[in-house]
Amino acid sequence: MISAHNISKSFDENQVLKQISLEIPQGSTVSLIGPSGCGKSTLLRIMIGLVKADTGSVRYNETEISESNINSIRHNIGYVIQEGGLFPHLTNAQNIALAANYLGWAASRIQERIEQLRELVNIESDILERQPEHISGGQRQRISLMRALMLDPEYILMDEPLGSIDPLVRYELQNDLKRIFRELNKTVVLVTHDLGEAAFLGDTIALMRAGKIIQRGDIKTIMEAPANRFVEEFITAQRSPLADLK
Amino acid sequence: MKLKKDYKLIIMYNSTFNMVRCRSSVLHYLLCFSIICSVMVPFQLQAQSAQDEMIIIGSKLFTESVILGEIATQLAEHGDIETDYYSQLGGTRILWNALREGDIDAYPDYTGTLIQEIIQDSSIQHMDELRQRLVKFNVEITQPLGFNNTYALGMREKHAKRLGIETISDLRNHPELKHGYSNEFMNRGDGWKGLREIYQLSPDEVTGLDHDLAYRGLESGGIDVIDLYSTDAEIDYYNLKVLEDDLHFFPEYQAVFVYRSELKDKSPTAVKVLNQMAGTIPEPQMINMNARVKLDQIPAQEVASDFIRHTFDIETEVKATGLWQRLWVNTLDHLYLVGISLGLAILIAIPLGIIAVKVPVIENTVLGVVGVLQTIPSLALLVFMIPLFGIGALPAMAALFLYSLLPVVRNTHSGIKNIPTPTMESAYALGLPKTVVLKKIELPLAMPTILAGIKTSAVINVGTATLGALIGAGGYGQPILTGIRLDSVPLILEGAIPAALLALAVQGLFDLIEKQLSN
Ligand SMILES: Nc1ncnc2c1ncn2[C@@H]1O[C@H](COP(=O)(O)OP(=O)(O)O)[C@@H](O)[C@H]1O
Ligand SMILES: [Mg+2]
Repeated sequence: MISAHNISKSFDENQVLKQISLEIPQGSTVSLIGPSGCGKSTLLRIMIGLVKADTGSVRYNETEISESNINSIRHNIGYVIQEGGLFPHLTNAQNIALAANYLGWAASRIQERIEQLRELVNIESDILERQPEHISGGQRQRISLMRALMLDPEYILMDEPLGSIDPLVRYELQNDLKRIFRELNKTVVLVTHDLGEAAFLGDTIALMRAGKIIQRGDIKTIMEAPANRFVEEFITAQRSPLADLK
Repeated sequence: MKLKKDYKLIIMYNSTFNMVRCRSSVLHYLLCFSIICSVMVPFQLQAQSAQDEMIIIGSKLFTESVILGEIATQLAEHGDIETDYYSQLGGTRILWNALREGDIDAYPDYTGTLIQEIIQDSSIQHMDELRQRLVKFNVEITQPLGFNNTYALGMREKHAKRLGIETISDLRNHPELKHGYSNEFMNRGDGWKGLREIYQLSPDEVTGLDHDLAYRGLESGGIDVIDLYSTDAEIDYYNLKVLEDDLHFFPEYQAVFVYRSELKDKSPTAVKVLNQMAGTIPEPQMINMNARVKLDQIPAQEVASDFIRHTFDIETEVKATGLWQRLWVNTLDHLYLVGISLGLAILIAIPLGIIAVKVPVIENTVLGVVGVLQTIPSLALLVFMIPLFGIGALPAMAALFLYSLLPVVRNTHSGIKNIPTPTMESAYALGLPKTVVLKKIELPLAMPTILAGIKTSAVINVGTATLGALIGAGGYGQPILTGIRLDSVPLILEGAIPAALLALAVQGLFDLIEKQLSN
């Protein structure tokens, strides 16, 4: 279980997060959704210790993150960001193996694990020896996912992983992600600004606005009983091509 | 000593060569290169082996001083004294300080210079009094060598005749004449400063320039009045009028050898050798030797050797060095200066650049300090190093080292700082400690920028190292310096061309490494 409790964060005068609390039960996926600039990425950064919160705490299975334990906790978290954040000077395989290498895994074990993940995320083996800049955006996200899963972490934090992927590839990736989450039974926080994606991948949805969580629930509850006007507007702002045909 | 230098060069060569081959671990090779270079420093420091008697002789930048130093050197070597000769080391100040510091043991100077410039008391009249006054510096002088090389002012004979100028006082009526004086003369109490006061001169235009270029300027008509040494070979050659010092401003400039009192204990034979020269060089002979070196372009070694044969009936060994051998030695000296200073600079600058990124509190201080170092004119920086490190290769290396820091520090800093935030966050999110992130992510990503900085440093370093010859460090600056003194274009090119080629080669080498790195 991940639990963020009473998180506040300001950058200078700008209060970005206002006493946010969020719990994600073990093995479930929560989609974090909300308008641009509402603080989704900041919350995720705080959860993995890249940014320090002004108040509040983050716990993974009751262990609160701190300076001293953050690196070992990070080995139990996979982190995927929009453009993948792959290291351009390393091959894809080296990117994937970096943390395992640091932890002293044997080459054979690394090899085995990469092969296993390669099948899981559905990528051809010749891609692995290329540099990140020489593969497509969709492939980069698959590599980034492999890197995040390498140490078989319990938790996965994803910040708009499909944000810059074109629709067809995106559709495919959404299917793959859903399958992978279910197969591996991970505890996932997925940031997205697409309600369809949030509903498809998340067991529950947390809707954020201006540093606060406005509503938390499954898609059905949110659609049928929006907490306020903003939620209502947010739902109707999602355009369906079918709606325009009528 | 020479052997050690060769050895060093081979190692430097190997490590640079390897750097090209293995792109994957440029950093390691840079490190090896730097470490090897810096480990070599102590070798040079302990180079002076303990021999029974030894002497280090220096000379000033002009031909006469070089010849006198050469004569003393050959005589000392003949007397089985281990002898080092720093030829063309600099002006009076540099030589005097080097003597006081013990970087050299002896050099030729003139009584007038010692009285006016060093002791700065023109009331001193006699040699004995001068000797007395030098005691407190622990410095002694030989008996006069035999000639008086006083300052004088000169003009083209025809020009002086046309204007009816005979004496320095006559110049008062011609303020339109252009005066061109050697830089030392301009600034000395017994030079232009005192002269203009005593003679009440106020010409419209006075410029400072190198003494050896002044004759050229006079001949071309660019300047009308110059300072001369009365033993200059050019007086006859260019048909010059020596203006009469009618107010007796210029004191006597009896040539002597100045030496450290300590030398009497350390190397009594060497002192004997210097005193052996006393009274052996009459004025015509000195003018003749100056003419042979400057006008006939005969090497100073040969002229000195001829003099010794005539005067003392001693055959000295003249090591005639061919062009290729000189080139080889200069190349070694130059690479030695560049290699060690650059190697050390890389070793220090990369960590400094890293610290500047990682410790924001001192970021501006570090960048500011190395930035300021770069703004000090290279010649000045070189001279600043003399009080700290004496003369020779060490101060030159120190100056070059400081000069090489900025481009590497700055590029290391910006190379790391410009890594995109998402890349850095992805690295930390993997749970890698800072040191691992630095080694595996930050340094490799910054490497092209760091290499570009090193390239800039290396090219600047190769060029600036030519100035090292001014303080006795050798290298490609040596023939340039001699070439300027002898007004010899081939000699200047002997230093300038290889220096330019080396700079191009360094540039090419780094371009190659960069290319290897990018594919
Ligand atoms: N490092 C930072 N320094 C200053 N302001 C920041 C920083 N990171 C984020 N912000 C500000 O915080 C607000 C929320 O940003 P972010 O968490 O990235 O929003 P979202 O991911 O929901 O679009 C924005 O106004 C952004 O400008
Ligand atoms: Mg964001």
